[in-house]
Amino acid sequence: MITSDLTAQRIREYLSKGKRFDNRNSEELRELVIETGVSKNAEGSARVKLGKTEVLVGIKLDVSAPYADSRDKGNLMVTAEFLTMSSPRLDLGPQPFESLELARVIDRGIRESHFIELDKLCIKEGEKVWTVMIDIYTVNDDGNLLDAAGIGAVAALMNARVPKYNEETGKTLFGEWTDNKVPLTKDLPISLTIHKIGNSLIMDPTKEEEDISETRVTVCTSNGTICSMQKGNSKELTIEEFNKVLDLVEKTEKEIVKKIEGSLK
Amino acid sequence: MSEFKRPDGRKVNELRKITAKVGVVPNADGSAIFGFGDTIAIAAVYGPKKMHPQHSQNPEKGTLRCTYNMMSFSVTERIRPGPSRRSQEISKITEWALQPIVMIDEFAGQVVDVHINVLQANASTRCAGINAAAMALAHAGIPMKGLVSSVSIGKLDKQLVTDLIKAEEDWEEGEGPTDIPITMTEDGKITHIQLDGKITPAQLKEAVLLAKEAYPQIHEAQSKALKDVGEEK
Amino acid sequence: MTDRTIVIPGEVVFKGDNYLPGEGTEKRGDEVVAIRYGLVEESNKLVKVIPLSGVYQPRRGNVVIGKVENVTFNGWVIDLNTADGAFLSLMEVPRYVNKDDLKEVMDIGDTVVAKIYSINKRGIDLTLQSNGLGKLDKGIIIEINPNKVPRVIGKEGSMISLIKNETRCKITVGQNGFIWINGDKIEDELFAKKAILYIAENSMSSGLTDEMTGWFEKNRGIAQ
Repeated sequence: MITSDLTAQRIREYLSKGKRFDNRNSEELRELVIETGVSKNAEGSARVKLGKTEVLVGIKLDVSAPYADSRDKGNLMVTAEFLTMSSPRLDLGPQPFESLELARVIDRGIRESHFIELDKLCIKEGEKVWTVMIDIYTVNDDGNLLDAAGIGAVAALMNARVPKYNEETGKTLFGEWTDNKVPLTKDLPISLTIHKIGNSLIMDPTKEEEDISETRVTVCTSNGTICSMQKGNSKELTIEEFNKVLDLVEKTEKEIVKKIEGSLK
Repeated sequence: MSEFKRPDGRKVNELRKITAKVGVVPNADGSAIFGFGDTIAIAAVYGPKKMHPQHSQNPEKGTLRCTYNMMSFSVTERIRPGPSRRSQEISKITEWALQPIVMIDEFAGQVVDVHINVLQANASTRCAGINAAAMALAHAGIPMKGLVSSVSIGKLDKQLVTDLIKAEEDWEEGEGPTDIPITMTEDGKITHIQLDGKITPAQLKEAVLLAKEAYPQIHEAQSKALKDVGEEK
Repeated sequence: MTDRTIVIPGEVVFKGDNYLPGEGTEKRGDEVVAIRYGLVEESNKLVKVIPLSGVYQPRRGNVVIGKVENVTFNGWVIDLNTADGAFLSLMEVPRYVNKDDLKEVMDIGDTVVAKIYSINKRGIDLTLQSNGLGKLDKGIIIEINPNKVPRVIGKEGSMISLIKNETRCKITVGQNGFIWINGDKIEDELFAKKAILYIAENSMSSGLTDEMTGWFEKNRGIAQ
């Protein structure tokens, strides 16, 4: 059942005083737990828990032909699946729109930040390059799957290694890895979503809060530079609110980077 | 007589280390994770609830519906996300394996959904899935006659072994590999059995008995996980 | 097998011809076997398993809390989070309602406390003809596992009274696991929510009512 009107009213009242039901302030994230290397057959993997929200991300690599307009660069592909088990609101059948959006938003963040050094993933120009596939799965949805998925994708990439490839036979030796990690730049792309409820802007909503979110903006930054952005849902934002969104993102980005790097030790 | 050498050094009737836990998906009515060594499956149950689409409803009793899915990165060569013919077949097999023990006749027109996702695969994935599903169903409060336990028995050339790993599924010596996943109830009734390979009827009967030997250990792990929910705070 | 032991389906709870199989169990030969995951309770040779989980099974006389899903020409369709639909007829409201005024009385999205007066093939029939029932105006709604509702209410309402006194909130517990909390301050409502969730999570300990008195003292000071 979605958040009742009664509770929604109370959430708004409380927010107007700058408070939330779980005692967080509007910019605070829930407890963030990141584990890497959770799936051994993947090139890299991560499990991210943000409060009770949980996602699993796996990285797989394979060799394929490059795209015509990037003959000497590797490829990137991001998919997302909202597993039916992750929420009572999901039914068997086609994926909800949010799943498609999540994959594309995370993709743009990683792609535009040039986090993966795709030019180092070329085996033979015009013929063979590595394709990096990031697959995101939702395990439990208690709000803010987007940010959890973004963190998971980065953490999984950071512990990913390149599989062995036999140049003579042209076969990838799945299950055998080189010592080379997937080439990444040092600036982590961090996606953060700010939600507007009434006159308040909050981060990391629980499902209860997400149900009454009127509009949201996901911003991906990499060492302070914004590389992608998406506004979702239909309520308008004032310019003042928009500026505040950018301020909030700037403030929180560094904290998340630290958390991710901390989890990889 | 020398011991048969298994790739991971186990005895012929030895199971891999079992991991089992319930409550891993808070949103679900019941959930569990079950692992045979490196093979790990998560199961989540929702229901009984109204079944959609309406025309699939059984007006006389409840329906059990299972879906089995492998995560793309659970195996070394990536699986394209989405249902495959193999996953559809295993979904149905799982449903048949669990049907005899669930008591859902009273939930006419309703469905109990069991979702199984394999996080990491090293053979015996359908067995791990069934074991997790049985736990998740109990955890969800579905009335059941008891649990079921599932294990794969293999024949490597002429040797029967318990709990196959991938390296054994790909056995190349002699008669090659035979893979026999078997699921049984607590009172020894078979609810699921499949076979791929080459085996005599006599040896197949032996294989079934070997499976029966393994169940108490599996059931013990399933039971312990369900009971291990005492006061955590 | 002592009381409060957790059993799983298929487990033998008691053995002996004189034991009778109650709720959550069945007799096989001379054994009483659990068919639900829950806690054992035995009295006068009647063996029951009190379920720890499972969706809400509606019963006549239950007070439930739900949301108005639809307004029809003669009543309201209510979502109780059950498999069967629930309906509140305009005849079951303790005041005259004109057929044209249904939306004025309750509209889609409104939350209501009602009582189940009949369950039949069509679904669940609700009534508001009793004290304490009606549309809910302010407050918060929380959801717990319906199997924990008896614990939250307590023996003869002892636990729920304790919570009401300590938090100064009005509280109505729906048997379907939805609970309404209304206080003068949001902090009081959230305090009651915290207490109820704590009870639901620790429902298996004995002496919980005593423990809660101490819990309230300890947690009262903590900033809400």
